[in-house]
Formats: sequence, C-alpha cells, structure tokens
Amino acid sequence: MAKVTIDGKTIEVPDGTTILNAARMIGGNVVPPAMCYYSHLKTSGGYCRTCLVKVTKGSEKDPRPMPKPVASCRTTVMDGMEVQNMTAPDLQEARAGVVEFLLINHPLDCPICDQAGECHLQDLGYEHGKARTRYEFKRRTFPMTDIGKYIKLHVNRCILCYRCVKVADQLCPGRVHGVMYRGDVAEISTYIKNAVEHEMCGNMIDVCPVGALTDMTFRFKNRVWFTKPVDAHRSCDKCCGKVRLWYKGEEVLRVTARKDQWGEVQTFDGKPGWICNSCRFEHKLTSDWVIEGPSHIDRHSVISANHYELKEGHKKTDKPRKNLEGKRIQLGEGALDPNNK
Amino acid sequence: MSRKLLLTHNDVPGIQSYEVYRQQGGYASVEKALKTMAPDAVTEEVKKSGLRGRGGAGFPTGMKWSFLAKPPGVARYLVCNADESEPGTFKDRYLMERIPHLLVEGMITASYALGANTSFIYIRGEYFYVSRILEKAIEEAYAAGWLGRNILGTDYSLDLYVQVGAGAYICGEETALLESLEGKRGNPRIKPPFPAVAGLYGCPTVVNNVETIAAVVPIVMQGGDEYAKIGVGKSTGTKLISASGHINKPGVYEIEMGVPVEEFIYSEKYCGGIRNGKKLKAVVAGGSSVPILPADLILKTAKGEPRLMTYESMADGGFATGTMLGSGGFIVMDEDTSIVKNLWNFSRFYHHESCGQCSPCREGTGWMEKILHKILDGHGTLEDIDLLWDIQSKIEGKTICPLGDAAAWPVASAIRHFRAEFEEYVKNPKGIKDVKHYYRIHKLQEA
Repeated sequence: MAKVTIDGKTIEVPDGTTILNAARMIGGNVVPPAMCYYSHLKTSGGYCRTCLVKVTKGSEKDPRPMPKPVASCRTTVMDGMEVQNMTAPDLQEARAGVVEFLLINHPLDCPICDQAGECHLQDLGYEHGKARTRYEFKRRTFPMTDIGKYIKLHVNRCILCYRCVKVADQLCPGRVHGVMYRGDVAEISTYIKNAVEHEMCGNMIDVCPVGALTDMTFRFKNRVWFTKPVDAHRSCDKCCGKVRLWYKGEEVLRVTARKDQWGEVQTFDGKPGWICNSCRFEHKLTSDWVIEGPSHIDRHSVISANHYELKEGHKKTDKPRKNLEGKRIQLGEGALDPNNK
Repeated sequence: MSRKLLLTHNDVPGIQSYEVYRQQGGYASVEKALKTMAPDAVTEEVKKSGLRGRGGAGFPTGMKWSFLAKPPGVARYLVCNADESEPGTFKDRYLMERIPHLLVEGMITASYALGANTSFIYIRGEYFYVSRILEKAIEEAYAAGWLGRNILGTDYSLDLYVQVGAGAYICGEETALLESLEGKRGNPRIKPPFPAVAGLYGCPTVVNNVETIAAVVPIVMQGGDEYAKIGVGKSTGTKLISASGHINKPGVYEIEMGVPVEEFIYSEKYCGGIRNGKKLKAVVAGGSSVPILPADLILKTAKGEPRLMTYESMADGGFATGTMLGSGGFIVMDEDTSIVKNLWNFSRFYHHESCGQCSPCREGTGWMEKILHKILDGHGTLEDIDLLWDIQSKIEGKTICPLGDAAAWPVASAIRHFRAEFEEYVKNPKGIKDVKHYYRIHKLQEA
C-alpha cells in the first residue's frame, strides 16, 4: 500500500495505482479531467495531457519533486508522494493551454452535435476555456464518412484521444481502423475506406469523448437531455446484456452501455460491461428488455436535469407519482412496459 | 587538444574494408573484452570513463547500462540509434560511412557487456547508402568470425542486424524507435517503464547513439581511467562536432571536450572563421532543437568566462544565457542571417515531424509555424510575438516526448535574444509579399 496526498487530502491505495485513480478514490474536485484515459482499455491515457498534475514530492525515499508536470493517468503513486492538482495555479494555466490546443481544430458545433450534453470536451471547455480563441488560421476539415452501417465518423471533431483505436485493438479482432498520417494532419480512419463491422465495434461510439464517432441510428433524433435513461438487461450470449435505454416518451431512441461517474463503462462480475452491436442497434423495443429502473447518473451532467430517480433514503412507493405535466409515472420494474397500464 | 579516438584511421585508404581495418588494429577491443574481461568489467570501464550519451541528452552511458534489468531467461537487446535526423547534425553519417567497422566493433563489445545476443542498428531511411555500407561490414564481420555463434571460441554468440527506418524524425526518440523496430507506427511510448526494464518486445533494452557505441572501443582498449583524463570535468573524452553554416570549413571534427568555442569557430584547425570575413551573429550549438545563442553569449558565459565545448559550459546560466551541447550539430550564422526566417524553417520541420500523439505538440507546433509565417510575410503584429512566446511555454514540458521541447526551445530563445528582429519584421514592410494587406492591417497610409 502507498500513501499519497493530493491537494492536501491523503489516501492509502494499493501499489501500482495511478495518481488519477487515487484521486478518483478521494473524489471531489481533486480528480483531474481525463479525455483519453479509459480504465477498461489497456495502454490508454497519456495522450491528451489534460490530466497533468504537479508532483511536489516524489516519495518518502526520494522526496525530490518531479521536474515537469506528469500525466496522472499513467504515473503510478509512490509511498509518501504529494501531488498538486487544483491547488497549483500554474498547473491550471497549463491545463487551460491544453484545452486551447484541443479546441484549435475542434469545431464548437455543440448545438448540432449529438454528443452535446455528454461531451467531456464541452465540460472541459466550459471549465477551462476562454470566451474567444486566439487561433486565427484555417481549421482542418474532413468530409463525414460512414464507417460501416452503424457508425458515422466526423474527423473534424476528433481530438485523437486514441480510445476508439484501443477498442479496435482490444475488442475487435481483425481491425481495420486506426490513425493515419502524423502531426496535425493525423486522422482516425479505416484502411482503405473499409467498413467497421465487428460485433463489438459499437463500443467505439461509447468511448469517444467528443462527437467524432456517432450512432447512426440515433443521429439528430433528439437532444440527450430530453431523453430518459433507464437501466435494462436481456439475456445475450455475445455480451453482458446490461444496457442503458434512452427513452423519449415510450420510444427507445438509443441503447448504450452503462457508464459510471467517470463516463466509462460499468464493471459487472469483474469485467467491463461492453455491449454487442446486436443489443445496441437491433433491440430497440421495450419488450426486448427487462427494465430495472431509472439510471443513476453520478457524473455532473445535463442528463441529471431530466432525471426521475428516487433520492437515497426515500422509500419507493406503490402509488404512482405525477410528473410536471400531470401525467402519472410509475417507477420500477416494468414501468415502461407498454402493457403495464 | 587534437587527440583523435574515433577518427584515428579516418585518412587510411580503404579503411571501409575489413582487411584494412583489421590491419590497423581493428576488433582488438572485442578480443580483449571477450578473452580477458567479464561483461560487468566492461561496464565498469565505461562507468569509469565518464562517457556521456552522444545522441543529445548526455546521460552517463555506464549508469544507463547498469540500469539494465537482468531477469533470468529473458532476452536483452542493444539497439544502436543511427536515426540521425536533427537538422544540423551529420556526424554519425560520417562515422558510419567512413569507418563502418568501428561501429560494428563497438556493437559487439557493448553487446557482450550487456549480455545481449541479438542487436540492431536502426538507421534512418534517407541513409540507405550508409545502410548498405554497414550491411557489407556486418557480412565481413560474420565471415571473419566476429559475429555469429561462439565468437572467438567463447560461449558468447551475437547476431547483428541493420534495420532501415522509413524516414521519420520522431523515430530517433528511443521509445518511438523501438516501436518502429517492432514494426509498429513510430510513436513514442509513455515512460515509465523505461527501455532498460521493458524495451524491445518488452525485454530489457539499451538504446545508444552511434558515436556512444563507437567510443566504447577506445575505452576498452585504453581503459576507462585513461579516457576520463581527456576533457574537462564531467565532459570526458572526445566529441564529434558537425559544423555547418557560414564558416569557411564546414565538416565533421573530432574535438577533445573543453575546446573554447571561440577557438573552434575561428581556428584554422577547425571551422576557419566566418565566411567572407563577416561578423558572427548567432550559433545553434547542438542541433536545431537547442536554444540559439547570440555571438556574445556563445563565446563567453554570462560570468564573462570563455565558453567551452563541454556539456556544463554550454549549459552555464540555464536557458537565459546558455544552451546545450546536444548532438553536436554546430550551426554558425553570420551577421546577414535572418533569425526569424531560420526559426520558421526549424518550426516548419518540427511541425512536419510531430507524430501527433499528444495535443500540445500536435496542435502547438503547427500554430507556431503559422504565426512565424505570418510574421515573415509582414502580416504579423506585436501581439503575435507575445502569442508565440505563450504558445511555446504551453508546449515545453507538457508533451510525451522531448519533441515538444525541441520545438519550443528555439522559439523561446529566438524571442528572448532577438526580439528586436521580430519587431522589425512587424514594423517594417520591406520585402513582404502583400504590401497592400500590410498597410491595411496596420492602418497605415501607403507611401
């Protein structure tokens, strides 16, 4: 076990834990943002540089500070390590710089982007960005492409976080998808104009932190904050079958994996809850699913604005409640079953 | 101060061939090491010599070797970094082209010290003709029994391969080199783990520059202590310097560490002074990635002492008044040189060569290049100079590998030491492409 102090808060964590995960164990605002790290994807992280932190004391054995900011998602803690995140003004300045770099080629088209409301870059830009950009040159642009029948690729929005590449590498054998070219003309693409057809490729959409990879069955159907997330499951021989259904009225607009407060897929029975294309794209009827109840949204998100989950400590009542429009709603299993009157 | 250790036989006709190299005493270090020294004893000699990595970073070689993990039953590798791509640096090419067997000999001795049974020379794609010279030298070494199974009848075996890269500057970064050698996209790895623990194919690996490995030969032959007597302080031995720019005698020079910079530039023995009798304006001392210094600071340190060709003296005063010895790419600029144009050229290079993995380098290098181009075209403003300064500060130290620093340092030093020249480009429209646009954006009346 190693004792680490982040922004003055001390925690003991198992050896080999990264600074980011130690911060997540503490919680609150000591947690650095992470655009490219994804705990369920091996070797992810370290690319976007948003999670940079200052190590002011290396360890008890070697108390020297680290000379440069380090990527907290790829740096493991040492016993006695002291880290600054929110308490270092120069680090906040550096992070703002990273956000500025990320936004250079990312169009702020949130009003028409399907990821709006779930976009990590939107949150980051809001927290660290400035009202105007200092970049005055032409942005890079790419035509939109359909990579397979389910996924729309819009490289203009891509921030090259490599998460989808890791999905392709680790979940989709026989991959055709990756990064082409280098520098600021590098782009996520398929080689050459291939379709991404693997049964688990839909997870690329879930891991994309921005709107570069979008669900073609959901595009422009609705804003995410107008939809209602509900946890559901079905028996599936390809994946865990545990999903989140996004309802508009009684219609399932999309199906995604269930995500935790860090925006990553939840773990079930010790395994990441990736879902297959069949569950994601082909089962959009309530009758296909066993409804578990409203989703618990931990992450600070506009989705919480349309949330009907019972607060902790409240007893579930059998009496139907009324929503703002005076319509009766029933929570719990079968609540959204069209046969449940 | 004219002792040569690496280029001793440079002038011997036919030194490229095995027979001539052997006649000159070649491969004696392999004989000595394999027959009379234990592997650790070779490492110990390298430690004693104080040899520092000649690729640019200047990390002590013996210490690097001693970090190599040695788990039983796991292969170890030695990889020679011959991906020399830093603008202004061409000393490794010279060494490999002229005396290829010196590198092969160094590789065998160093591999023996490290316990590596397979070693690689990773050479940049543009050096295809040098790779052929090396391949021929390796063939000859195999034929003469210096490579292969049970070298000199001992139980030590070594296979040596040349791997030609595809011509990407980033593949000179040691972890990107290993990725490329494994057949993957040449992107730098995130450290730790360091190659000494998990390098090529996940096995412990040492990556050394060509010159560093070649220097192992004289160290083994004359002993580490003798080698350490050459040079000044912690900068021991000799160093190859590739001198270019506005000098009378550009070329590769082997100097003993500690030669005064002034002597190196003006002495007939080395660069022979500035071309056409012009004045010295600035020097990039260690390849394009190190800070550029104006004449007064490159000849003397901030304390007024003569600046020497050593790691310490070059770095004296930090980046405010100093620079780095780096890879030894010594670029001299005379009084007519435009710093802004040169800087744009450097920036263009780093923009082109950024691998695109991490956002500050990917986006920042291009942004800097565009601003410099704008200033050069006469469309820049004084705010652009400040913006340039701000951008470089947000790249430096924030990237996965040192390419970000390499792109940021020249910009920072050029603005720090030559800001007036940037301002001149902004204020004076002379020589700009679009004069009307210049007057319009600066709200001036056209003359």
